[in-house]
Amino acid sequence: MEHIELLFKSIFIDNMVFATFLGMCSYLAVSKKVDTAVGLGAAVIFVLTITVPLNWLLDKYILQDGALVWISEDFEIYDLSFLSFIMFIATIATMVQLVEIIVEKFSPSLYNSLGIFLPLIAVNCAILGGSLFMQSREIPTLALALTYGVGSGIGWFLAILSIAAIREKIRYSNVPAPLRGLGITFIITGLMAIGFMSFGGMLTGGDEEVVKQQIDVELVTDNKLQKLDNKLFSKNTKEVN
Amino acid sequence: MGLLSSKDSKLISDPLADNNPITIQVLGICSALAITAELKASIVMSISVIFVMGAGNVVISLIRNIIPSKIRIIVQLTVVAALVIIVDQVLKAYSYSLSKELGAFIGLIITNCIIMGRFEAFALANGVWRSFLDGIGNAIGYGVILIIVGFFRELLGSGTLLGYAVLGDPIEKTGLYSIGYENNGFMLLAPMALIVVGLIIWVQRSRNMSLIEE
Repeated sequence: MEHIELLFKSIFIDNMVFATFLGMCSYLAVSKKVDTAVGLGAAVIFVLTITVPLNWLLDKYILQDGALVWISEDFEIYDLSFLSFIMFIATIATMVQLVEIIVEKFSPSLYNSLGIFLPLIAVNCAILGGSLFMQSREIPTLALALTYGVGSGIGWFLAILSIAAIREKIRYSNVPAPLRGLGITFIITGLMAIGFMSFGGMLTGGDEEVVKQQIDVELVTDNKLQKLDNKLFSKNTKEVN
Repeated sequence: MGLLSSKDSKLISDPLADNNPITIQVLGICSALAITAELKASIVMSISVIFVMGAGNVVISLIRNIIPSKIRIIVQLTVVAALVIIVDQVLKAYSYSLSKELGAFIGLIITNCIIMGRFEAFALANGVWRSFLDGIGNAIGYGVILIIVGFFRELLGSGTLLGYAVLGDPIEKTGLYSIGYENNGFMLLAPMALIVVGLIIWVQRSRNMSLIEE
């Protein structure tokens, strides 16, 4: 049940493109044709499925506060979380390179359809974003991290597929000249994002968004206490509204 | 500008208008939109990107003859990641609440396409000084759009600028609110960022017809 909920949430509610604007660059650049959009979308699902669980392991056993305790009790005091950006991006870049080599070796046909997109993906914000949100949302288990990776990938795939289909059709419409191309794509994406917001009410998971917009998060050393505070605060503001 | 030759000053002025990274080159939209619900966050993000791009372009330009071209993407990513860690740590130290609010989006500067794009297109082929100017110019071009979007979204969405209530008090009905004005809370939500950028593109292209796409 947990898995289904997370899958649903990562595909529709926290959709990479429509809710957090991740991977917009390639989303806009590669969405002129449905074929190429499908190729890039598939590659994103593929890479997210691999990198999110991998970075989860990295986060759990190396980066978190006191995570090194499995080596020796003496390492309990170390907190390497400031290294997470560089570790995550290094993992992603290596994995992408590795996947490229493996796919080229074992499945030339898949390589021909995915291959050209793989180097693009190393610098796709959606991939790094997947890992960073996995970290900041504190996903508890490896299996859930896998689900989150797959779900985010599918959400991104869905987004690029639909915009590519719309862009193919819109070529026959009479769009005001200055809006042609990029401008209208932005506005359509905005309208689609409004549509996707309607999924937000389907699960009771909307608290995070509210917490994010609180300005005055105070510096509290105890993390749990802080979260409790935020929750109380957001509840209060909801009631006031 | 007396300090810069005309060729050099073009490096800074071009990205501000006709070669803007966001509205023309379509780079760096990823991290740009999500944090523009407030002007302050937009400004901090712009400053961070200016720092990372200026410094990153200088570093890449310095080592451009040493990097083997096969692994250059990994090298570039490592350089950016190191710079972004500096930004993140400084923010955490001096403005913790803001760094909480920006959250993962500071980290996402690493994959900001402008940065990789300028490394590939400029810093790998040009000297240090010119690369620095190019980096600063593009980052400012990016920042300008961010600040414009942030300005409108905060003003129309919550009636404040940088946290100051400029339109009066919505609860006590002073200022504009006394004549029945209401905040448009929708401006604070994600979709409006896209639509505002779309409108900026519209305005820019109708002022300069040569930019219109086929």
